[in-house]
Amino acid sequence: MNDKTDKLIDKKGIRGDGRKADELRSLKLQVGVLSNADGSAYIEHGKNKILAAAFGPREMHPKHLSQPDRMVLRCRYHMAPFSVPERKSPAPSRREVELSKVIKESLEPALFLELYPRTGVDVFVEVLQADGGTRCASITAAALAIADAGVPMRDLVVACAAGKIDDTIVLDLYDVEDKLGSADVPVAYMPNLNAVTLLQMDGVLSSSELEKAVNMAMDGCKNIYAMQKEALKTKYMVVKETEE
Amino acid sequence: MSSLITKVRAKQIEQLLENGKRLDERGLLDTRELKIEQGVIEKAEGSARVYLGKTEVLVGVKVETGEPFSDTPKEGVMTVNAELVPVASPRFEPGPPDENSIELARVVDRGIRESRAIDTGKLCIEEGKKVFIVFVDVYVLNHDGNLIDASAIAAMAALMNTKMPNYEVKDGELKIKQGYKPLPMRNHPITVTLGKINNKLLVDPWLEEESVMDSRITFATGEDGNICAIQKGGSGYFTPQQILEASKIALDKAVELRKKLKW
Repeated sequence: MNDKTDKLIDKKGIRGDGRKADELRSLKLQVGVLSNADGSAYIEHGKNKILAAAFGPREMHPKHLSQPDRMVLRCRYHMAPFSVPERKSPAPSRREVELSKVIKESLEPALFLELYPRTGVDVFVEVLQADGGTRCASITAAALAIADAGVPMRDLVVACAAGKIDDTIVLDLYDVEDKLGSADVPVAYMPNLNAVTLLQMDGVLSSSELEKAVNMAMDGCKNIYAMQKEALKTKYMVVKETEE
Repeated sequence: MSSLITKVRAKQIEQLLENGKRLDERGLLDTRELKIEQGVIEKAEGSARVYLGKTEVLVGVKVETGEPFSDTPKEGVMTVNAELVPVASPRFEPGPPDENSIELARVVDRGIRESRAIDTGKLCIEEGKKVFIVFVDVYVLNHDGNLIDASAIAAMAALMNTKMPNYEVKDGELKIKQGYKPLPMRNHPITVTLGKINNKLLVDPWLEEESVMDSRITFATGEDGNICAIQKGGSGYFTPQQILEASKIALDKAVELRKKLKW
Protein backbone atom coordinates (compact mmCIF):
# COMPACT_ATOMS: atom_id res chain seq x y z
CA MET A 1 0.00 0.00 0.00
CA ASN A 2 2.86 2.35 0.69
CA ASP A 3 6.33 2.81 -0.67
CA LYS A 4 8.77 2.42 2.15
CA THR A 5 11.75 4.43 1.06
CA ASP A 6 12.79 5.64 4.48
CA LYS A 7 13.29 3.41 7.45
CA LEU A 8 10.94 4.22 10.29
CA ILE A 9 13.35 2.82 12.85
CA ASP A 10 17.15 2.71 12.52
CA LYS A 11 19.63 -0.04 13.35
CA LYS A 12 20.10 1.23 16.88
CA GLY A 13 16.34 1.01 17.43
CA ILE A 14 15.80 4.76 17.35
CA ARG A 15 12.61 5.98 15.72
CA GLY A 16 12.04 8.94 13.42
CA ASP A 17 11.27 11.27 16.31
CA GLY A 18 14.19 10.07 18.42
CA ARG A 19 12.30 7.70 20.67
CA LYS A 20 13.14 4.12 21.59
CA ALA A 21 10.71 1.33 20.70
CA ASP A 22 8.98 1.28 24.07
CA GLU A 23 9.10 4.98 24.78
CA LEU A 24 6.03 7.20 25.12
CA ARG A 25 5.83 10.66 23.62
CA SER A 26 5.91 13.50 26.11
CA LEU A 27 2.60 14.06 27.82
CA LYS A 28 0.96 16.97 29.52
CA LEU A 29 -2.34 16.55 31.32
CA GLN A 30 -4.46 19.28 32.86
CA VAL A 31 -7.78 19.02 34.64
CA GLY A 32 -10.47 21.68 35.06
CA VAL A 33 -9.51 23.83 32.11
CA LEU A 34 -13.02 24.94 31.08
CA SER A 35 -15.19 26.88 33.50
CA ASN A 36 -18.57 26.17 31.87
CA ALA A 37 -18.21 22.40 31.76
CA ASP A 38 -18.97 20.25 34.81
CA GLY A 39 -15.65 18.57 34.19
CA SER A 40 -12.91 19.13 31.69
CA ALA A 41 -9.43 18.09 30.75
CA TYR A 42 -6.73 19.03 28.27
CA ILE A 43 -4.11 16.67 26.97
CA GLU A 44 -0.98 17.20 24.97
CA HIS A 45 0.24 13.83 23.81
CA GLY A 46 3.20 14.43 21.55
CA LYS A 47 1.81 17.00 19.11
CA ASN A 48 -1.78 15.97 19.76
CA LYS A 49 -3.67 18.74 21.49
CA ILE A 50 -7.09 17.68 22.69
CA LEU A 51 -9.80 19.19 24.88
CA ALA A 52 -12.48 17.13 26.57
CA ALA A 53 -15.54 18.45 28.40
CA ALA A 54 -18.07 16.48 30.42
CA PHE A 55 -21.58 17.60 31.34
CA GLY A 56 -23.87 15.80 33.76
CA PRO A 57 -25.34 13.65 35.08
CA ARG A 58 -28.19 15.81 33.82
CA GLU A 59 -31.57 15.49 32.20
CA MET A 60 -31.38 13.98 28.73
CA HIS A 61 -32.21 16.04 25.69
CA PRO A 62 -34.14 14.86 23.76
CA LYS A 63 -35.98 13.28 26.66
CA HIS A 64 -37.06 10.08 24.90
CA LEU A 65 -33.43 8.97 24.75
CA SER A 66 -33.27 8.55 28.50
CA GLN A 67 -33.39 5.03 29.92
CA PRO A 68 -35.61 4.14 32.90
CA ASP A 69 -33.01 1.85 34.45
CA ARG A 70 -29.70 3.54 33.76
CA MET A 71 -27.74 6.59 32.79
CA VAL A 72 -26.92 7.18 29.15
CA LEU A 73 -23.41 8.18 28.17
CA ARG A 74 -23.03 10.11 24.94
CA CYS A 75 -19.74 10.99 23.33
CA ARG A 76 -18.78 13.14 20.42
CA TYR A 77 -15.30 12.96 19.02
CA HIS A 78 -14.70 15.88 16.69
CA MET A 79 -11.70 17.20 14.85
CA ALA A 80 -11.14 20.89 14.28
CA PRO A 81 -10.85 21.83 10.59
CA PHE A 82 -7.31 23.11 11.23
CA SER A 83 -6.15 20.07 13.20
CA VAL A 84 -4.65 18.29 10.19
CA PRO A 85 -2.47 19.41 7.25
CA GLU A 86 -5.35 19.52 4.77
CA ARG A 87 -8.44 21.30 6.10
CA LYS A 88 -10.96 18.81 7.41
CA SER A 89 -14.60 19.59 6.83
CA PRO A 90 -16.23 20.31 10.19
CA ALA A 91 -19.13 17.98 9.33
CA PRO A 92 -18.74 14.65 11.15
CA SER A 93 -17.01 12.08 8.96
CA ARG A 94 -17.71 8.36 9.12
CA ARG A 95 -14.42 7.95 10.96
CA GLU A 96 -15.49 10.44 13.60
CA VAL A 97 -18.84 8.71 14.05
CA GLU A 98 -17.12 5.37 14.56
CA LEU A 99 -14.56 6.84 16.94
CA SER A 100 -17.32 8.54 18.95
CA LYS A 101 -18.93 5.13 19.34
CA VAL A 102 -15.79 3.25 20.37
CA ILE A 103 -14.75 6.02 22.77
CA LYS A 104 -18.17 5.88 24.39
CA GLU A 105 -17.91 2.10 24.69
CA SER A 106 -14.44 2.38 26.17
CA LEU A 107 -15.68 4.72 28.93
CA GLU A 108 -18.98 3.01 29.78
CA PRO A 109 -17.41 0.11 31.71
CA ALA A 110 -15.91 2.64 34.13
CA LEU A 111 -19.25 4.22 35.04
CA PHE A 112 -21.96 3.07 37.44
CA LEU A 113 -24.66 3.58 34.79
CA GLU A 114 -27.33 1.82 36.86
CA LEU A 115 -26.97 4.32 39.74
CA TYR A 116 -28.23 7.28 37.73
CA PRO A 117 -31.39 6.20 35.91
CA ARG A 118 -33.04 8.63 33.47
CA THR A 119 -29.99 10.87 33.35
CA GLY A 120 -27.35 11.49 30.75
CA VAL A 121 -23.70 12.38 30.71
CA ASP A 122 -22.33 14.07 27.61
CA VAL A 123 -18.67 14.04 26.77
CA PHE A 124 -17.39 16.27 24.01
CA VAL A 125 -13.92 15.78 22.65
CA GLU A 126 -12.38 18.40 20.41
CA VAL A 127 -9.17 17.51 18.66
CA LEU A 128 -7.37 20.84 18.16
CA GLN A 129 -4.30 19.27 16.61
CA ALA A 130 -3.87 15.68 15.49
CA ASP A 131 -0.62 13.78 15.29
CA GLY A 132 -1.57 10.11 15.39
CA GLY A 133 -3.21 8.28 18.25
CA THR A 134 -5.95 10.86 18.79
CA ARG A 135 -8.54 8.30 19.83
CA CYS A 136 -6.30 7.13 22.67
CA ALA A 137 -5.42 10.61 23.84
CA SER A 138 -9.13 11.48 23.62
CA ILE A 139 -10.07 8.59 25.90
CA THR A 140 -7.37 9.54 28.43
CA ALA A 141 -8.68 13.13 28.47
CA ALA A 142 -12.37 12.17 28.43
CA ALA A 143 -11.95 9.92 31.47
CA LEU A 144 -10.31 12.79 33.32
CA ALA A 145 -13.13 15.15 32.34
CA ILE A 146 -15.74 12.70 33.66
CA ALA A 147 -13.81 12.27 36.90
CA ASP A 148 -13.47 16.05 37.16
CA ALA A 149 -17.26 16.35 36.78
CA GLY A 150 -17.54 14.29 39.97
CA VAL A 151 -19.16 11.27 38.34
CA PRO A 152 -18.22 8.16 40.37
CA MET A 153 -16.03 5.77 38.41
CA ARG A 154 -14.79 2.23 38.94
CA ASP A 155 -11.41 3.32 37.65
CA LEU A 156 -9.96 5.88 35.30
CA VAL A 157 -9.78 4.75 31.70
CA VAL A 158 -6.46 5.32 30.03
CA ALA A 159 -5.54 4.58 26.45
CA CYS A 160 -2.40 4.12 24.42
CA ALA A 161 -1.56 2.47 21.12
CA ALA A 162 1.15 0.06 20.12
CA GLY A 163 1.95 -0.97 16.60
CA LYS A 164 4.43 -2.40 14.17
CA ILE A 165 6.91 -0.41 12.11
CA ASP A 166 9.61 -2.11 10.01
CA ASP A 167 9.04 -5.47 11.76
CA THR A 168 9.46 -3.95 15.24
CA ILE A 169 6.66 -3.68 17.79
CA VAL A 170 6.69 -0.14 19.15
CA LEU A 171 4.72 1.92 21.64
CA ASP A 172 2.63 5.02 20.96
CA LEU A 173 2.76 5.61 17.20
CA TYR A 174 2.90 9.15 15.92
CA ASP A 175 1.41 10.39 12.68
CA VAL A 176 4.14 9.20 10.28
CA GLU A 177 4.38 5.76 11.88
CA ASP A 178 0.62 5.47 11.90
CA LYS A 179 0.47 6.15 8.14
CA LEU A 180 3.54 4.18 7.01
CA GLY A 181 3.71 1.47 9.67
CA SER A 182 2.26 -1.97 9.14
CA ALA A 183 -0.10 -2.18 12.11
CA ASP A 184 -1.74 -0.01 14.74
CA VAL A 185 -3.33 -1.40 17.91
CA PRO A 186 -5.11 1.18 20.09
CA VAL A 187 -5.89 -0.15 23.57
CA ALA A 188 -7.93 1.42 26.38
CA TYR A 189 -7.43 -0.03 29.80
CA MET A 190 -8.59 0.24 33.40
CA PRO A 191 -5.39 -0.68 35.27
CA ASN A 192 -6.96 -1.34 38.68
CA LEU A 193 -9.48 -3.76 37.22
CA ASN A 194 -7.16 -5.23 34.58
CA ALA A 195 -9.90 -4.64 32.03
CA VAL A 196 -9.39 -3.75 28.38
CA THR A 197 -12.26 -1.51 27.27
CA LEU A 198 -11.12 -0.69 23.76
CA LEU A 199 -9.20 -2.84 21.37
CA GLN A 200 -8.94 -2.20 17.69
CA MET A 201 -6.38 -3.19 15.13
CA ASP A 202 -5.68 -2.50 11.55
CA GLY A 203 -2.72 -3.75 9.61
CA VAL A 204 -1.22 -7.21 9.72
CA LEU A 205 0.07 -8.94 12.86
CA SER A 206 0.66 -12.56 13.84
CA SER A 207 -1.01 -13.66 17.07
CA SER A 208 2.27 -13.54 18.99
CA GLU A 209 2.92 -10.01 17.71
CA LEU A 210 -0.58 -9.03 18.75
CA GLU A 211 0.03 -10.35 22.25
CA LYS A 212 3.26 -8.39 22.45
CA ALA A 213 1.61 -5.23 21.15
CA VAL A 214 -1.31 -5.45 23.57
CA ASN A 215 1.06 -6.00 26.51
CA MET A 216 3.24 -3.10 25.43
CA ALA A 217 0.20 -0.84 25.06
CA MET A 218 -1.02 -1.83 28.52
CA ASP A 219 2.36 -0.98 30.01
CA GLY A 220 2.15 2.40 28.29
CA CYS A 221 -1.34 2.83 29.73
CA LYS A 222 -0.04 2.16 33.24
CA ASN A 223 2.53 4.93 32.85
CA ILE A 224 -0.04 7.42 31.62
CA TYR A 225 -2.39 6.32 34.41
CA ALA A 226 0.06 7.67 36.99
CA MET A 227 0.10 11.02 35.16
CA GLN A 228 -3.70 11.04 35.01
CA LYS A 229 -3.98 10.64 38.77
CA GLU A 230 -1.32 13.27 39.28
CA ALA A 231 -3.24 15.70 37.06
CA LEU A 232 -6.42 15.18 39.09
CA LYS A 233 -4.56 15.74 42.35
CA THR A 234 -2.81 18.83 41.01
CA LYS A 235 -6.12 20.58 40.41
CA TYR A 236 -7.09 20.15 44.05
CA MET A 237 -3.62 21.06 45.28
CA VAL A 238 -4.07 24.42 43.56
CA VAL A 239 -7.50 24.83 45.17
CA LYS A 240 -6.04 23.98 48.58
CA GLU A 241 -3.20 26.47 48.19
CA THR A 242 -5.54 29.31 47.23
CA GLU A 243 -7.73 28.47 50.23
CA GLU A 244 -4.75 28.76 52.51
CA MET B 1 -28.42 -1.20 21.90
CA SER B 2 -31.50 -1.29 24.07
CA SER B 3 -33.58 -4.35 23.61
CA LEU B 4 -37.03 -5.79 23.99
CA ILE B 5 -35.69 -8.92 25.62
CA THR B 6 -37.16 -9.58 29.04
CA LYS B 7 -35.02 -9.91 32.11
CA VAL B 8 -36.34 -13.47 32.42
CA ARG B 9 -34.94 -14.38 29.04
CA ALA B 10 -31.62 -12.80 29.93
CA LYS B 11 -31.44 -14.89 33.06
CA GLN B 12 -32.29 -18.02 31.11
CA ILE B 13 -29.47 -17.33 28.63
CA GLU B 14 -27.02 -16.78 31.47
CA GLN B 15 -28.07 -19.94 33.30
CA LEU B 16 -27.79 -22.06 30.18
CA LEU B 17 -24.32 -20.64 29.55
CA GLU B 18 -23.24 -21.73 33.02
CA ASN B 19 -23.82 -25.29 31.79
CA GLY B 20 -22.14 -24.62 28.46
CA LYS B 21 -25.44 -24.46 26.58
CA ARG B 22 -27.18 -21.90 24.41
CA LEU B 23 -30.81 -21.10 23.72
CA ASP B 24 -30.59 -22.38 20.17
CA GLU B 25 -28.85 -25.56 21.36
CA ARG B 26 -25.48 -24.71 19.83
CA GLY B 27 -22.22 -25.30 21.64
CA LEU B 28 -20.39 -22.15 22.79
CA LEU B 29 -17.99 -22.32 19.86
CA ASP B 30 -20.43 -23.37 17.15
CA THR B 31 -21.42 -21.03 14.35
CA ARG B 32 -24.86 -21.10 12.82
CA GLU B 33 -25.46 -22.68 9.44
CA LEU B 34 -23.91 -20.60 6.68
CA LYS B 35 -25.31 -20.45 3.17
CA ILE B 36 -23.92 -18.36 0.32
CA GLU B 37 -25.57 -17.57 -3.00
CA GLN B 38 -23.49 -15.66 -5.51
CA GLY B 39 -24.57 -13.63 -8.52
CA VAL B 40 -28.11 -12.99 -7.31
CA ILE B 41 -28.34 -9.45 -8.72
CA GLU B 42 -27.73 -9.48 -12.46
CA LYS B 43 -27.35 -5.74 -12.83
CA ALA B 44 -24.57 -5.51 -10.27
CA GLU B 45 -21.02 -6.37 -11.31
CA GLY B 46 -20.91 -8.74 -8.36
CA SER B 47 -23.31 -9.83 -5.67
CA ALA B 48 -23.88 -12.36 -2.94
CA ARG B 49 -26.58 -13.22 -0.48
CA VAL B 50 -25.46 -14.78 2.76
CA TYR B 51 -27.60 -16.56 5.32
CA LEU B 52 -26.07 -17.00 8.76
CA GLY B 53 -28.84 -18.79 10.61
CA LYS B 54 -31.74 -16.37 10.19
CA THR B 55 -29.49 -13.38 9.61
CA GLU B 56 -29.59 -12.44 5.96
CA VAL B 57 -27.29 -10.01 4.19
CA LEU B 58 -27.17 -9.03 0.54
CA VAL B 59 -24.09 -7.36 -0.88
CA GLY B 60 -23.93 -5.75 -4.27
CA VAL B 61 -20.71 -4.58 -5.92
CA LYS B 62 -20.69 -1.84 -8.53
CA VAL B 63 -17.54 -0.96 -10.43
CA GLU B 64 -17.20 2.55 -11.81
CA THR B 65 -14.38 4.82 -12.84
CA GLY B 66 -13.23 7.90 -11.03
CA GLU B 67 -10.28 9.77 -9.61
CA PRO B 68 -7.78 8.05 -7.29
CA PHE B 69 -6.85 9.46 -3.89
CA SER B 70 -3.93 11.88 -4.17
CA ASP B 71 -1.73 9.79 -1.83
CA THR B 72 -2.29 6.59 -3.85
CA PRO B 73 -2.35 7.79 -7.47
CA LYS B 74 -1.68 4.33 -8.92
CA GLU B 75 -4.29 2.42 -7.01
CA GLY B 76 -7.97 1.74 -7.44
CA VAL B 77 -10.39 2.67 -4.72
CA MET B 78 -12.68 0.52 -2.64
CA THR B 79 -15.45 1.85 -0.46
CA VAL B 80 -17.81 -0.06 1.79
CA ASN B 81 -21.19 1.27 2.79
CA ALA B 82 -23.76 -0.49 4.95
CA GLU B 83 -27.48 0.07 5.11
CA LEU B 84 -29.57 -1.24 7.98
CA VAL B 85 -32.82 -1.06 6.01
CA PRO B 86 -36.09 -1.08 7.95
CA VAL B 87 -37.20 -4.39 6.38
CA ALA B 88 -34.54 -6.13 8.46
CA SER B 89 -35.72 -5.35 11.96
CA PRO B 90 -38.41 -3.40 13.82
CA ARG B 91 -35.51 -1.55 15.43
CA PHE B 92 -34.13 -0.18 12.17
CA GLU B 93 -35.45 3.14 11.02
CA PRO B 94 -35.13 4.82 7.65
CA GLY B 95 -32.75 7.71 7.42
CA PRO B 96 -29.07 8.45 7.11
CA PRO B 97 -26.63 5.79 8.42
CA ASP B 98 -26.38 5.78 12.21
CA GLU B 99 -23.32 4.85 14.26
CA ASN B 100 -24.16 1.15 14.07
CA SER B 101 -24.28 0.97 10.29
CA ILE B 102 -21.17 3.15 10.00
CA GLU B 103 -19.28 0.89 12.40
CA LEU B 104 -20.48 -2.18 10.50
CA ALA B 105 -19.31 -0.72 7.19
CA ARG B 106 -15.96 0.34 8.60
CA VAL B 107 -15.24 -3.02 10.23
CA VAL B 108 -16.06 -4.86 6.99
CA ASP B 109 -13.96 -2.31 5.08
CA ARG B 110 -10.99 -2.74 7.45
CA GLY B 111 -10.91 -6.53 7.04
CA ILE B 112 -10.86 -6.29 3.25
CA ARG B 113 -8.53 -3.29 3.09
CA GLU B 114 -5.92 -4.35 5.63
CA SER B 115 -5.65 -7.88 4.27
CA ARG B 116 -5.18 -6.28 0.83
CA ALA B 117 -7.86 -8.58 -0.50
CA ILE B 118 -8.33 -6.57 -3.68
CA ASP B 119 -5.27 -6.03 -5.83
CA THR B 120 -5.92 -2.31 -6.19
CA GLY B 121 -2.68 -1.80 -8.13
CA LYS B 122 -4.34 -3.57 -11.07
CA LEU B 123 -7.30 -1.19 -10.99
CA CYS B 124 -5.38 1.82 -12.29
CA ILE B 125 -6.39 3.17 -15.69
CA GLU B 126 -4.31 6.33 -15.86
CA GLU B 127 -2.00 7.25 -13.02
CA GLY B 128 -3.33 10.05 -10.86
CA LYS B 129 -6.30 10.60 -13.15
CA LYS B 130 -8.49 7.61 -13.60
CA VAL B 131 -8.90 4.38 -11.68
CA PHE B 132 -11.63 1.84 -11.06
CA ILE B 133 -13.71 2.43 -7.97
CA VAL B 134 -15.25 -0.62 -6.35
CA PHE B 135 -18.41 0.17 -4.41
CA VAL B 136 -19.32 -2.52 -1.92
CA ASP B 137 -22.83 -1.96 -0.62
CA VAL B 138 -23.95 -4.07 2.31
CA TYR B 139 -27.69 -4.48 2.59
CA VAL B 140 -28.91 -6.13 5.75
CA LEU B 141 -32.19 -7.89 4.92
CA ASN B 142 -32.89 -9.72 8.16
CA HIS B 143 -31.26 -9.00 11.51
CA ASP B 144 -30.87 -12.00 13.74
CA GLY B 145 -27.50 -11.11 15.23
CA ASN B 146 -23.84 -11.03 14.22
CA LEU B 147 -24.24 -8.71 11.28
CA ILE B 148 -20.48 -8.17 11.15
CA ASP B 149 -19.58 -11.75 10.25
CA ALA B 150 -22.49 -12.19 7.85
CA SER B 151 -21.69 -8.90 6.12
CA ALA B 152 -17.95 -9.56 5.92
CA ILE B 153 -18.50 -12.99 4.37
CA ALA B 154 -21.13 -11.60 2.00
CA ALA B 155 -18.84 -8.75 0.96
CA MET B 156 -16.01 -11.16 0.17
CA ALA B 157 -18.36 -13.55 -1.65
CA ALA B 158 -19.66 -10.64 -3.72
CA LEU B 159 -16.14 -9.41 -4.54
CA MET B 160 -15.15 -12.92 -5.62
CA ASN B 161 -18.20 -12.90 -7.86
CA THR B 162 -17.38 -9.49 -9.35
CA LYS B 163 -16.68 -9.18 -13.05
CA MET B 164 -14.74 -6.28 -14.52
CA PRO B 165 -15.09 -5.18 -18.09
CA ASN B 166 -12.19 -6.06 -20.38
CA TYR B 167 -10.59 -2.78 -21.28
CA GLU B 168 -7.60 -1.11 -22.85
CA VAL B 169 -6.27 2.41 -22.51
CA LYS B 170 -5.46 4.40 -25.66
CA ASP B 171 -4.23 7.99 -25.27
CA GLY B 172 -5.78 8.18 -21.84
CA GLU B 173 -9.12 7.03 -23.22
CA LEU B 174 -10.78 3.98 -21.77
CA LYS B 175 -11.92 1.49 -24.42
CA ILE B 176 -14.24 -1.27 -23.27
CA LYS B 177 -13.66 -4.53 -25.10
CA GLN B 178 -15.73 -7.64 -25.38
CA GLY B 179 -16.03 -9.96 -22.41
CA TYR B 180 -15.33 -9.78 -18.72
CA LYS B 181 -12.60 -10.71 -16.31
CA PRO B 182 -12.75 -11.34 -12.57
CA LEU B 183 -11.84 -8.60 -10.11
CA PRO B 184 -8.14 -9.08 -9.22
CA MET B 185 -8.01 -10.59 -5.71
CA ARG B 186 -4.99 -11.63 -3.69
CA ASN B 187 -6.32 -12.47 -0.22
CA HIS B 188 -9.51 -13.79 1.28
CA PRO B 189 -10.00 -12.52 4.83
CA ILE B 190 -12.41 -14.33 7.13
CA THR B 191 -14.09 -12.52 9.98
CA VAL B 192 -15.10 -14.16 13.25
CA THR B 193 -16.95 -12.40 16.07
CA LEU B 194 -17.25 -13.55 19.66
CA GLY B 195 -19.60 -12.28 22.32
CA LYS B 196 -18.98 -12.17 26.05
CA ILE B 197 -21.77 -12.93 28.50
CA ASN B 198 -20.90 -13.30 32.20
CA ASN B 199 -17.25 -13.87 31.36
CA LYS B 200 -18.09 -16.66 28.94
CA LEU B 201 -16.97 -16.35 25.34
CA LEU B 202 -19.27 -17.56 22.60
CA VAL B 203 -18.89 -17.61 18.85
CA ASP B 204 -21.40 -16.10 16.42
CA PRO B 205 -23.84 -14.53 18.92
CA TRP B 206 -27.40 -14.32 17.61
CA LEU B 207 -29.89 -11.55 18.31
CA GLU B 208 -31.07 -12.60 21.77
CA GLU B 209 -27.53 -13.23 22.92
CA GLU B 210 -26.43 -9.90 21.47
CA SER B 211 -29.05 -8.09 23.51
CA VAL B 212 -27.71 -9.47 26.80
CA MET B 213 -24.00 -9.63 26.02
CA ASP B 214 -21.52 -7.30 27.71
CA SER B 215 -19.26 -6.86 24.73
CA ARG B 216 -18.08 -8.41 21.52
CA ILE B 217 -14.80 -8.75 19.73
CA THR B 218 -14.19 -9.29 16.03
CA PHE B 219 -11.08 -10.68 14.37
CA ALA B 220 -10.42 -10.70 10.63
CA THR B 221 -7.69 -13.07 9.49
CA GLY B 222 -5.98 -13.50 6.16
CA GLU B 223 -5.00 -16.65 4.31
CA ASP B 224 -1.61 -16.74 6.04
CA GLY B 225 -3.26 -16.91 9.46
CA ASN B 226 -2.22 -13.36 10.38
CA ILE B 227 -4.71 -11.04 12.01
CA CYS B 228 -5.58 -8.03 9.85
CA ALA B 229 -8.33 -6.28 11.81
CA ILE B 230 -9.78 -6.24 15.30
CA GLN B 231 -12.75 -4.40 16.70
CA LYS B 232 -14.04 -4.52 20.24
CA GLY B 233 -17.62 -3.37 20.65
CA GLY B 234 -20.24 -3.07 23.34
CA SER B 235 -20.16 -1.40 26.71
CA GLY B 236 -18.29 -4.13 28.59
CA TYR B 237 -14.63 -5.05 28.80
CA PHE B 238 -12.25 -7.95 28.22
CA THR B 239 -9.40 -9.03 30.44
CA PRO B 240 -6.08 -9.46 28.62
CA GLN B 241 -6.43 -13.24 29.09
CA GLN B 242 -9.89 -13.19 27.51
CA ILE B 243 -8.51 -11.31 24.51
CA LEU B 244 -5.86 -13.96 23.94
CA GLU B 245 -8.39 -16.73 24.37
CA ALA B 246 -10.81 -15.00 21.98
CA SER B 247 -8.08 -14.50 19.38
CA LYS B 248 -7.16 -18.20 19.53
CA ILE B 249 -10.78 -19.27 19.15
CA ALA B 250 -11.32 -16.81 16.30
CA LEU B 251 -8.21 -17.99 14.44
CA ASP B 252 -9.24 -21.64 14.80
CA LYS B 253 -12.76 -20.85 13.65
CA ALA B 254 -11.41 -18.94 10.66
CA VAL B 255 -9.29 -21.93 9.61
CA GLU B 256 -12.33 -24.17 9.93
CA LEU B 257 -14.49 -21.79 7.90
CA ARG B 258 -11.78 -21.33 5.29
CA LYS B 259 -11.67 -25.09 4.74
CA LYS B 260 -15.43 -25.27 4.44
CA LEU B 261 -15.65 -22.32 2.04
CA LYS B 262 -12.51 -23.32 0.10
CA TRP B 263 -11.33 -19.67 0.17
